[in-house]
Amino acid sequence: MKKNLFLIFLFYVILKPSISFSLVEIDITRGNLDPMPISVSPFFSDKITDENIKKDLNIENLGLEISRVIENNLEKTGLFDAIEKEAFLQKPDIAHLKPRFEDWALIKSQVLITGKVTSKIINDKDYINIEFKLWDVLGAKMVDGFSLTTTPRSWRRVGHKISDKVYERLTGESGYFDTRIIYVAEEGPKTQRIKKLALMDQDGFNTKYITLGSELVLTPRFNPANDKEITYMSYFRNMPRVYIVNLQTGEQKVVGDFRGMTFAPRFSPDGKKLIMSLAKDGNSEIWVRNLETNIQEKLTDHPSIDTSPSYSPDGKFITFNSDRSGYQQIYVMRSDGSKVKRISFGKGIYGTPVWSPRGDLIAFTKLHKGKFFIGVMRTDGTGERLLTENFYQEAPSWSPNGRIIIFYRETKTDDKGKGFSAKLWSIDLTGYNERLVSTETDASDPSWSSLLGN
Amino acid sequence: MNLSKISKNVFLVIIFGLIVTACATKKSVKTTTESATTTKAAETQKADPIEKLDALMQGDVYIGSDTVGELASGVPDRVFFATNETILTTASRETLRKQAAWLRQNSDVTVVVEGHADERGTREYNLALGERRANAAKDYLMTYGVSSDRIKVLSYGKERPVDSGSNPLSWSKNRRSVTVKAN
Repeated sequence: MKKNLFLIFLFYVILKPSISFSLVEIDITRGNLDPMPISVSPFFSDKITDENIKKDLNIENLGLEISRVIENNLEKTGLFDAIEKEAFLQKPDIAHLKPRFEDWALIKSQVLITGKVTSKIINDKDYINIEFKLWDVLGAKMVDGFSLTTTPRSWRRVGHKISDKVYERLTGESGYFDTRIIYVAEEGPKTQRIKKLALMDQDGFNTKYITLGSELVLTPRFNPANDKEITYMSYFRNMPRVYIVNLQTGEQKVVGDFRGMTFAPRFSPDGKKLIMSLAKDGNSEIWVRNLETNIQEKLTDHPSIDTSPSYSPDGKFITFNSDRSGYQQIYVMRSDGSKVKRISFGKGIYGTPVWSPRGDLIAFTKLHKGKFFIGVMRTDGTGERLLTENFYQEAPSWSPNGRIIIFYRETKTDDKGKGFSAKLWSIDLTGYNERLVSTETDASDPSWSSLLGN
Repeated sequence: MNLSKISKNVFLVIIFGLIVTACATKKSVKTTTESATTTKAAETQKADPIEKLDALMQGDVYIGSDTVGELASGVPDRVFFATNETILTTASRETLRKQAAWLRQNSDVTVVVEGHADERGTREYNLALGERRANAAKDYLMTYGVSSDRIKVLSYGKERPVDSGSNPLSWSKNRRSVTVKAN
């Protein structure tokens, strides 16, 4: 019954480098550094493979396309600079077998990626095997590589998995390319926005719309323990409630049985609980619902607005925002609701705290002197750093490795109320490398998945 | 011909003088109730658009009639709020008393009170704020004799602005609670 919307990787073989050694590593904790020159050779394939792939995917040169996926991923980190393929002196097949390192050094490439695509038939079904190797040009050695077999239409994911491997090997950090982003796709005039849930690969490809736009939908969030499950808020039948959706089956269910509006949902790190706000009789409190036992419990008890809860990665704490001091500020409490402590004390108002998957930082939105900032602070509120300032932006969400924050930004309209747009943006934790994240439509409320499972 | 032109000019001058004094009076009244910063602003600002703004906003609460519909004939459908506030102004209470009176006379009608916020806040907080505003209106209607089972509350946060502008006047129109007939 599980028709796989998500593929299964059949075979995964690690190609061991002959001798282990240390390649020049990139320090990504610094901001503005010189990108490392890198060459991604087109992956080569034989005639039969080309014919099979043409038949299955209608793609002429899949090997070239895969190399472009990798290049695009690596360049967008701001840490790598992909050398133009016209400059390459060596053919892809020979380079993959044994690169002539002098040729690659000549074009100033420090790192070389090569690969091979081969079609395979297993149980009368078409598959592709993709092999890749990572070479250190200066050290004249292969340093990493793998080969995996999968369904042809999953080829982009292989490109992402290769990108993750290269990123991990060169930066020492875990990757974030084989991931998806769930967000709200927006269309129409500002006063009557049509909003749909949308899912896409991290690089903006393979967009799928999960809802039709017939009702208002907001704030989708991935289950960090299950990339096939999300939670979000819907105005279905004019009853604003929190739902959980299984992306594989399309099945969705309302969470809990609350009298009043439920909103601002987020999963616990193990995916077994859901925290959210319940607004009733003019007061919003934070609740937790155990998804296994269906027991729900109120965590805050204050006449102020308590909302936007987010768990620490160990599940022991919850950060949230409250206006109990008179203005929106960020608080941390134990996950049972005890020991509530305010942590934001800077100038301005603070909202949408989101705990980093590494546990050491909380990302937030700040409004100060009419400007909106995305920033980070330590979990005790010290070390506040503002990463980006704009007319309006909010809703930070962390990449699974905790290096990048994705958020949405809205434009100021002109005197006639025209010119409104909402787009996704990303920025490095360093405050550098701010980028527009391409989406088919206007977009808001992004949530980054964990690294995808099989 | 000449004479009539002169008299027209004189007439215009007189009218202009009247406007200036009228405005000055209005301002001096206002300054007694508002903060020192407002006084300073009023003294330094003379241009026409500001006069208009003064007429449409009190503090930063919208007091104009643009976007205001009717729940019933002579009964405005909405009330407006100050930034980040849920307090009902004198004018808002008057509107809600009219709504309550009409609802008492039309006891078969049920309503939805829709709470809204402007775009200058985070989405989730604004959902809560809209709910708070709608409940402030609901509570007042209940105080004036409308039973709670006739009033549903629905917060839209900042999702349904009536004015798409990005300026204080537009925002003031969007900070509202609207009473809508549900049947």
